[in-house]
Amino acid sequence: MLAQVKDLLLLMIGAALVSNVVLSQFLGLCPFLGVSKKVETAAGMGMAVIFVITLASGVAGVVYRCILEPLHIEYLQTIVFILVIAALVQFVEMFLKKYMKALYEALGVYLPLITTNCAVLGVALLNVQKGYGIFKGMVYGFATAVGFTVAIVILAGIREKMEHNDILESFRGMPIVLLTAGLMAIAFCGFSGLL
Amino acid sequence: MSKPGSAGERLFNGIIKENPTFVLTLGMCPTLAVTTSAMNGLGMGLTTMVVLALSNMIISALRKIIPDKVRIPAFIVIIASFVTVMQLLLQGFLPDLYLSLGVYIPLIVVNCIILGRAEAYASKNSVWSSLFDGIGMGLGFSAALTCIGAVREILGAGEIFGIRVMPQSYVPFSIFVMAPGAFFVLAALTAIQNKVKIAGEKKGRDMSKIQSGCSEDCMHCGKAGSCEHKFYDTAKTQKEGR
Repeated sequence: MLAQVKDLLLLMIGAALVSNVVLSQFLGLCPFLGVSKKVETAAGMGMAVIFVITLASGVAGVVYRCILEPLHIEYLQTIVFILVIAALVQFVEMFLKKYMKALYEALGVYLPLITTNCAVLGVALLNVQKGYGIFKGMVYGFATAVGFTVAIVILAGIREKMEHNDILESFRGMPIVLLTAGLMAIAFCGFSGLL
Repeated sequence: MSKPGSAGERLFNGIIKENPTFVLTLGMCPTLAVTTSAMNGLGMGLTTMVVLALSNMIISALRKIIPDKVRIPAFIVIIASFVTVMQLLLQGFLPDLYLSLGVYIPLIVVNCIILGRAEAYASKNSVWSSLFDGIGMGLGFSAALTCIGAVREILGAGEIFGIRVMPQSYVPFSIFVMAPGAFFVLAALTAIQNKVKIAGEKKGRDMSKIQSGCSEDCMHCGKAGSCEHKFYDTAKTQKEGR
């Protein structure tokens, strides 16, 4: 039991910090670069991503274990996962709008943006590749999304500070943000000593 | 210039005029992730090209049959099928490349370029032009990935396509083949892009085509005429649903 908990903890640290989803795997770059102008919106995006990735990796895990595997059609995973995720996000949006108004108001605007996020499909595929079960896959998905949130909130904080700095004309906008992300990636390399 | 829609014009458009990486800045995830070497960049680029050309062709052939409301899911299924085919082919015939590209092969499905071309070009034009549009865009993408991969490989390992080009005394900056290097190379690239854009605007040329990175989210860089719709048409489904 203890060994299992330790295992999961290590998995979470590994997914959230050491091999950070954006900074070392380059998944979900669009929202990372696009929605990181303000800390507040970045945090909102992060929460929505945590919610969707956890749910999506669970559902994709169930679909894989209970439908694709028994039928021996694992090779269809890409097609099936992407449709399942798209349908899931649409469904979650409708559900939240109807039954959880407060949560919908907090996350609603970000939900449609998330379907465009390759991190969601990426996590579902990585779960299969690494042979994680449904529960372990959800834990991995959750930790990955937490890593995304940490990265995007830090970047948004730096960008807020940077807004009034005098930057070389051709480096204004995207280039300076990418440089910042590169420096953050170096910093995150330091976490590899943790495991 | 030859007439619009002809094979030559489409190829030129994809490789130079609307180069997906250098001009439109689309599909950044694979661009950063797999360009650790020139070989990987080329492999990824060519795989994407095959998927792009074939899916463009099929989507264009079916453009009058697919109902407008469900076109995005239909496109996605077509693209995902070709990606699966390519995945199996690579696994069978190029296992080394398959292993080094890993999860980024199935992720070609969510590459903005492919759905963007389907939506912006193939769903409106003839099969022949769409095929060449796909090949042109794919070649442009391959060329860009190979260039970025070559720069990173030369700086990071002193090699290109695995052949040593730098003198023995050269100490490689291994950071360039690691994750941070990707961000630095892309930062330099977008800075150059900005520079060209600013210089062009000063001369009074129309530079609106150059997109310096998705300034907003992929959903919003519709100005590039590409990934404004993904997976499903949110605005439309909302109207239909309620």
